[in-house]
Amino acid sequence: MKIGISTQGVARGTEVRPLGRTPAWWKRFFRLTITYLFLTATSILFLIPFAWMISTSLKPQDQIFVYPIQWVPHPFIWGNYEQVFEQVPFFRYILNTMLITGVGVIGSLTGSSIAAYSFARMRFPGKNFLFLVMLSTVMVPGWVTLIPSYIGFHLLGWLDTYKPILVPAFFASPVNTFLLRQFFLTISPELEDAARIDGCSTFRVFWNIILPLSKPAMIIIAIFAFFYYWNDFLGPLIYLQTQDKFPLSLGVASFVSEMSSNYALTMAAASMALMPCILLFFLAQRWFVQGVVITGVKG
Amino acid sequence: MAASSKVMRPGARGSRLARREAVEGYVWLLPWIVGFLAFTIGPLGASLYLGFTDWNGVESPQWIGLENYTSLFTSDPLFWQSLKVTFLFAAMYLPLSLLIGFTLALIMNQSIAGIRIFRTLYYLPSVVSGVAVAVLWWFVFNRDYGVLNWLLGLFGIPPVDWLQSEFWALPALVIMELWRVGGSIIIYLAGLQGIPTELYDSALVDGAGWWRRLWYITIPMMSPTIFFNLVMGIIGTLQIFTQAYIITQGGPNYATYFYALNIYNTAFSALRLGYASAMAWVLFVIILLLTLVVFRWGKAWVYYAGEKETRA
Repeated sequence: MKIGISTQGVARGTEVRPLGRTPAWWKRFFRLTITYLFLTATSILFLIPFAWMISTSLKPQDQIFVYPIQWVPHPFIWGNYEQVFEQVPFFRYILNTMLITGVGVIGSLTGSSIAAYSFARMRFPGKNFLFLVMLSTVMVPGWVTLIPSYIGFHLLGWLDTYKPILVPAFFASPVNTFLLRQFFLTISPELEDAARIDGCSTFRVFWNIILPLSKPAMIIIAIFAFFYYWNDFLGPLIYLQTQDKFPLSLGVASFVSEMSSNYALTMAAASMALMPCILLFFLAQRWFVQGVVITGVKG
Repeated sequence: MAASSKVMRPGARGSRLARREAVEGYVWLLPWIVGFLAFTIGPLGASLYLGFTDWNGVESPQWIGLENYTSLFTSDPLFWQSLKVTFLFAAMYLPLSLLIGFTLALIMNQSIAGIRIFRTLYYLPSVVSGVAVAVLWWFVFNRDYGVLNWLLGLFGIPPVDWLQSEFWALPALVIMELWRVGGSIIIYLAGLQGIPTELYDSALVDGAGWWRRLWYITIPMMSPTIFFNLVMGIIGTLQIFTQAYIITQGGPNYATYFYALNIYNTAFSALRLGYASAMAWVLFVIILLLTLVVFRWGKAWVYYAGEKETRA
């Protein structure tokens, strides 16, 4: 990827005063040393909370209150993790979260890719106007639509089900639709024309040509949707009441409010809730970086 | 089709095709159109209406005109407190995040090995979010056993009672949010690497020093990116909820009573749905105004190289 390393003016210009008769090599050496020291120190700073969370989650209760901090638990209490499962239906929370996240990701991909194909390729009156309308809805904060949506779902009898969270997932979100439309526009239409001449239906063109070529954009949307639905708290907080239906976010929140003094268990629960996100991040890193850059810079 | 019964004239066949294509276009757009009507414009209109009513969600809403809005602005100290908290947070967080994110991106924008590893490490905290992170930080801020006070202690700074102190609770949440600065680092880094090298080369030839190049090339070239991050940052801050809900519940003494938390409590604890809708609309208008102001203001200092089409 091109973000990694590149030669640039900014880099070359970092000013370190020449040290007497020291040759340029020393200058560069010192500059690099300082840069690396600084980067290492700051990244340790960024990682301390994670390290501390994991360390705490494996400690016997009395070592948590040892100060200054004892970083390596002695002995390792893996039982803290088991206890979380005994205290609350944690396994259930995990399954619920996987269900919500899975359906949420599929929904996000389906709705937005269909709408984006229409915006990218089809000709109909009012298209530009509708596209502008869609873009402007990005500014509507979720808080404004929350109360009427809640009432609406209440009237439908959908409270305490996953429907208020999952049904909207299938209706194209403006950001995803915009992203995919931009991507579809970069695909040359000649392939599609050829397929159409061969008698392919619009759906087959979309399914067999456009979607496979749009893998990068689809992966980025899937990853961001995964994180959104995995961590979503407000939706479950408002719509779910039965403990057996809780996802991890709500489950961990209620677990912590019950167990607030048992730091080892709360940190074990937090670690388990975070682990899939961290794993996915490492697995899909390059997509992440691209996703952030696309959504952030091209906006 | 109607067109086929008409006398064939040039273009008639084309218009029939065009009509078919248009119908298909609308059909394919349905996922967005239906979602837009059902989950955006419908609720938006409904909450505008509810803002003019008194409603507890059980009986039918009572139309009370502008009363919600007048009491919000004239006789609701919590409304002002939550606005103050939210903007105070933004005033602390946004400049710091810009400074830290931009500085780290500048340092990382060098031709040295291992930058990817650092980028990964900085970015890691910003991929995690929500309840688990809030729970983690709630313990980080613990006065007696928390890792933050331990860290400060290494530099001889006495322990701070982060979450119990009205003064420190909000800065604590700023620190927590700054931990997640990695996303903006990546955006700035990509922006920095998009600046044409020739600009720096000719500046070097002209004898411009590091500061001059930063001030006259890097920052102007980066202004669209900085600007975009700023707008998104303001909008994001106005909707902060989970952190405050989990870590401080708005306390102590409403020192972290974010605006979104206020809406949530008004709607779902106090069951004042009309009043909360009015609050939500105030939030919406603030976001609209801010976006407008920042865009106007942005024109004065944001430099877009070349054309606007590429940004569409």
